[in-house]
Amino acid sequence: MLNLTPKKITPRTALRVNPCKTCQPVGAIYCALGVHRCMPHSHGSQGCVSYHRTFLTRHFKEPAIASTSSFTEGASVFGGGSNLKTGVKNVFDIYDPDMIAVHTTCLSETIGDDVGSYIMDIDLPDNKLVVHANTPSYVGSHVTGFYNMMCGFINYLSLNTKSPNGKIGIFPGFVNPADIREMKKLASMMKASFIMFPDQSGVMDAPMTGNYEMYPKGGTTKEEIISLGDCAKVLALGIFTSLEPANVLKRKCKVPYEALPLPIGIANTDQFIMELKKITQEEVPPALEEERGRLVDVMLDAHFYCYGKEVAVFGDPDTALGLTSFVLELGMIPKYVITGTPSDGFEKKAAELFDLFQVEGCMAKASADLFELHQLIKNEPVDLLLGTSYGKQIAKAENIPFVRAGFPVLDRYAHSYFPIVGYLGGLRLTELITCALMDQFDRECEDEDMDVVM
Amino acid sequence: MGEMNILDERKQFIQIGNSSDGCSGIKCDSDSLSGAVSQRACVYCGARVVLNPITDAFHIVHGPIGCASYTWDIRGSLSSGSELYRNSFSTDLCEKDVVFGGEKKLAAAIDELATLHNPKVIFVYATCIVGVIGDDVDAVCKAAEQKYGIRVIPVKSPGFSGNKSYGYKMACDAIMSLISPCAKEGEKHGVNILGDFNLAGEMWIIKNYLKEIGIDVVSTITGDASYDSITKAPSAELNIVQCAGSMTYLANRMEEEMGIPYIKVSFFGIEDTGSALVRIAEAVGTSDNIARAKEFTQKESSRLKAALSKYDSCLKGKKAAIYVGGGFKAISLIRQFAAMGMKTVVVGTQTGKPEDYEVINQLVDKDTVILDDANPAELEQFMKQMGADILVGGVKERPLAYKLGIAFCDHNHERKHALAGYDGVINFTEEVNRSINSPVWQYLNIPTPKGGGLAL
Repeated sequence: MLNLTPKKITPRTALRVNPCKTCQPVGAIYCALGVHRCMPHSHGSQGCVSYHRTFLTRHFKEPAIASTSSFTEGASVFGGGSNLKTGVKNVFDIYDPDMIAVHTTCLSETIGDDVGSYIMDIDLPDNKLVVHANTPSYVGSHVTGFYNMMCGFINYLSLNTKSPNGKIGIFPGFVNPADIREMKKLASMMKASFIMFPDQSGVMDAPMTGNYEMYPKGGTTKEEIISLGDCAKVLALGIFTSLEPANVLKRKCKVPYEALPLPIGIANTDQFIMELKKITQEEVPPALEEERGRLVDVMLDAHFYCYGKEVAVFGDPDTALGLTSFVLELGMIPKYVITGTPSDGFEKKAAELFDLFQVEGCMAKASADLFELHQLIKNEPVDLLLGTSYGKQIAKAENIPFVRAGFPVLDRYAHSYFPIVGYLGGLRLTELITCALMDQFDRECEDEDMDVVM
Repeated sequence: MGEMNILDERKQFIQIGNSSDGCSGIKCDSDSLSGAVSQRACVYCGARVVLNPITDAFHIVHGPIGCASYTWDIRGSLSSGSELYRNSFSTDLCEKDVVFGGEKKLAAAIDELATLHNPKVIFVYATCIVGVIGDDVDAVCKAAEQKYGIRVIPVKSPGFSGNKSYGYKMACDAIMSLISPCAKEGEKHGVNILGDFNLAGEMWIIKNYLKEIGIDVVSTITGDASYDSITKAPSAELNIVQCAGSMTYLANRMEEEMGIPYIKVSFFGIEDTGSALVRIAEAVGTSDNIARAKEFTQKESSRLKAALSKYDSCLKGKKAAIYVGGGFKAISLIRQFAAMGMKTVVVGTQTGKPEDYEVINQLVDKDTVILDDANPAELEQFMKQMGADILVGGVKERPLAYKLGIAFCDHNHERKHALAGYDGVINFTEEVNRSINSPVWQYLNIPTPKGGGLAL
């Protein structure tokens, strides 16, 4: 595969080669796994959910549970209503969740299943709930599916009861459990009372106990999702991921929001902290200032190795933009910034960052694939590749140091236990990036240039 | 047993212990129950895993992006030549295509691929949605064949049109349409190996064994296959079927249409590998080949006995649970565990056939739990109840086992070491031992003194 990519770039309109995205339902499942005692349910044929569970398992190295309507030929001709009815009954009977979150697939969407009205026709056991979201695979990407499922939960559950709870809703975006932990830590340090939604920490990084908990302790509770409607404000982190659910909540429950970039890097984390400060009116605690100071210290220590180095960043739109912002802060040049997700405004946001740091010759592209990225790199190489596991072939073919971040990372362990958001995340990224560059130098340099001290 | 976790409709898929009349009545080979969290996949998955190892083929997945991205470079099938098959090609159908039909996009995608890469063969997989919107994939492929003078083969694999086994059948049909035009009259010679996908290089091991005993291999289907090698398949005199679940259908078609008989074999475990080699030599070889096969298998068996004896004390008496794709693998694993002094206490498959369960029934003890199309809740319940020390399964079962504090061995796509043949037995035994006897397990039980907190 390494020699497949020709240097000459010819326009393609129909053929997607080596995608930098996947489809909506896997995002919907990941979202639903961040809700306490909720069973994600895939309304379609069986392969989809099998792939999604496998994909999530490979990234998190954790069980990813989800049920399916198991469509057969009959269901795809006569509609999947009875499959859903049986499925919901069976799931409550054997797996006993508090809630089932149904998402559609390209199949059930195309045959026109009206999942909303199917759900209304189902007699549910007491205190049990079924919510749904439409997640056709032929629209958007896994990021779209993630926020569509968030919108589904909000549409079904969130209520404005006219008694404000004084809390902040935090929408963390499509991130790892460790990132959510870090956001919660920052919010707590700012003395904010908050509802994190969704919250996969404690679910997709549950500790080892010798028991298999189908519903681990973590996850946003049903009550919390309902209560989102009474929040004072929502911080929607990652505009391409969290803006839509924030809008839905605003329309439904009149909760105002502030949409911010994912808090990756100093400026974005500062912005998150300042927004929290604005709401809580609390001073930034010295411990947090020290944390920030430690990050700046380390970035200074490492800047000599990073400054002016060219980097290709790829992944989900908000993650890619966050990483772009951070590498710019390190003095690097984000030559290519690529997402596979179709996103209006992605290229503009990236261009704003290029302008802010006055870097030239950088390009950003949405709806791109990794074949194209590889071609670009073949024509004008970069010093570092920063993105998901699917970059490893490019990295090997072109001998480029490679740092994994984003979703999915399938070929490394423990990555999802360390944040890339917040000041701590900045420390981790600095370490990963600098070490990757230094390792490459050590591997390739002449003997006389090899030094124990760097 | 906690009956509450097992649905009435699922009970026929489960059998406790071997039945005394020798006839296994377990229900299998049927569709999964809605809502049951099946571990199974779909028709497309079955077709893709069989065809994907054809290394210089272009596999275009006609559908939305998911089907292509989830099957991008997943199989661990190694290649001695081209690495093309490790890329992911798709038409990435979007809303507009779904409304107006995807035929034009597919034709354009084939055009772009043909101009860019000069392919020999393209497989076009029709996924769920293509089945529903009714794209005439056959016609697009046929037109492309004429336009470019290459093979463009449709694989009808809408996910809903059956289960994974049906996908195997669709893949076999695609292989037939690839090789049929290459059948020539004349003397047949050598064997084809069917149903080995060269995971971790296993096909190479088997080919080496056959070389050792003097049997020529014509074609491998589909591990480490190429367009040129696979189209030679009709000139073989015998088909050796390793993965019976996926390839018996192809073997039958090749027997009927090309006059090539087949035998089913397994290269997992000392006993099965030995008998496979001798049977192959007996089927197509001379007395010299048979003698060499016997000598070779004896030599290897005794080499292994010595190499494995050091694990006896570590593994003897341990209990195994098996949950794998097909019946043939489950059968071999039961035998292999028995040879290691271990007892299989739970055994299940995703796509086992009645005849597989018949054999399993004869191999296991009275209290062994046999499952078809199990779900995580059942696996958990039976593994705990039977006190399994290790689970052999695939990617979705790994974290389940670990969460339960049970060791694990991957016998699916993600295996990193060959598990077939004699060296495979060593690798397997080492893996089982490594996982069962990992020092990590001792930290699982946290000693809690009276005041709470860790005992330090």
